[in-house]
Amino acid sequence: MLNPLNLWRGFLARPNDDHIKVFGVALLVAMISAAFVSTAAVALKPLQDAHLEAERAARMAQMLDTLPGLRAVMEEAGVDTLETRVVDLATGAFVPDIDPADYDVQAAASDPEQSTAIPPDVDVAGLRRRADYALVHLLERDGALLLIVLPVEGTGYQSTIRAMLALEPDLNTIAALTITEQGETPGIGARVEDAAWLALWPGRQVADEDGNIVISVVRGTATGPYQVDAISGATVTSNGVANMLRYWLGDHGYGPFLDRLTTEGL
Amino acid sequence: MASNLRHVTAPLVQNNPVTLQILGICSALAVTTSLSTALVMSMALTVVLCLASATISLIRNHIPNVIRLIVQIIIIASLVIVIDELLQAYAFEISRQLSIFVGLIVTNCLVMGRAEAFAMRNPVWPSVLDGLGNGLGYSLVLIIVGSIRELLGAGTLLGYTILTPASQGGWFVPLGLMQLAPSAFFIIGLLVWAIRSHWVGQVETPKFSLKLQRSRG
Repeated sequence: MLNPLNLWRGFLARPNDDHIKVFGVALLVAMISAAFVSTAAVALKPLQDAHLEAERAARMAQMLDTLPGLRAVMEEAGVDTLETRVVDLATGAFVPDIDPADYDVQAAASDPEQSTAIPPDVDVAGLRRRADYALVHLLERDGALLLIVLPVEGTGYQSTIRAMLALEPDLNTIAALTITEQGETPGIGARVEDAAWLALWPGRQVADEDGNIVISVVRGTATGPYQVDAISGATVTSNGVANMLRYWLGDHGYGPFLDRLTTEGL
Repeated sequence: MASNLRHVTAPLVQNNPVTLQILGICSALAVTTSLSTALVMSMALTVVLCLASATISLIRNHIPNVIRLIVQIIIIASLVIVIDELLQAYAFEISRQLSIFVGLIVTNCLVMGRAEAFAMRNPVWPSVLDGLGNGLGYSLVLIIVGSIRELLGAGTLLGYTILTPASQGGWFVPLGLMQLAPSAFFIIGLLVWAIRSHWVGQVETPKFSLKLQRSRG
């Protein structure tokens, strides 16, 4: 007697304001939509991940290309990309038991278990929290460091700016700076991505002889090795980039790691 | 058939969802900095609108009135998520540029408006045509605004240089304002003005008018 087809017909024949029909239709629509969405999401995930990975690699390759002579060194060393390692920011030590490919810094930064609140007096980059671990990229030959690339982020005028900072082996001279993500005002703050402005950074020093981090962005004409010209009309964005470097190279950022690298090497 | 075709042609200019009904303005401002993003957004919205209209019209007789808006939103939202996922998988660069605005098609008044006003009361085929017509009407405005903004703001169209900027030896000085959202308001405003000057019937009668007072003495 309980023929499913008859049950279905009976369900459809119910008046539209009937309670069973209301719940039934809501449930059916929700289930079918959920199945549809999850199928699409799962089926397309590999393609999307490939795009994200390719973009990250392209940004990295682009930055490596801006460094003169680096490609030749890499060819000599027989590598085509930098080695990625996980660093514990608090102690400055490498964390060998985490696979860098499995560590998602942005997810960790928003997870209270895996992140640390930044005290307001050192939070010049306006981040509030940062992940406990960071991924650093480095190039070495025979145990000697040739280049280190540190991912950094900070608040600009209206968005979070993410960048990659490459340092020379003295860990004080900037080798290159590249912006990987920003959402600043088009035509104004978004010029932070312009190659012409980013080209002002290589060769600048981060800290003075006493180890104080003094790199800054100035309006007008930059003088000395610690200053870079601001983008005209985008002072807040430019300062955001400088503050981001000051925070990340300071004691609450990569400071302990860089100190350890100087004293103990790789 | 001719009467069905009216559903497609009417919203193109005369009953345009953007310029007459002033719907979907938010995304029209945000994604029109270049022609390519405007084109992809137009396609995404048109596809969502057609599919949503078809689905909602198909089950319209069984949607309980008390939960009709929720059911419509679930259907529209599912379609939008799938389109967004597709774009991320097959048009990654463009989905980066469109960022959040594909997701925001869900809240585009145009989609909800057509579902509620047309698809809930009409059979499947006219609903699809109505969705198509409104989608194309929206697309037309986006393409016009996108072309003007990209041409005057960067001197390019679809990334190809049309006007060589002065910085590369040409005579053209890019108009920075065109890259900012307010310029889309100006262009849409001018479009509305042009359309209403031609079809005077679209001009709304003012709800209030100022009483002119003559000074005496």
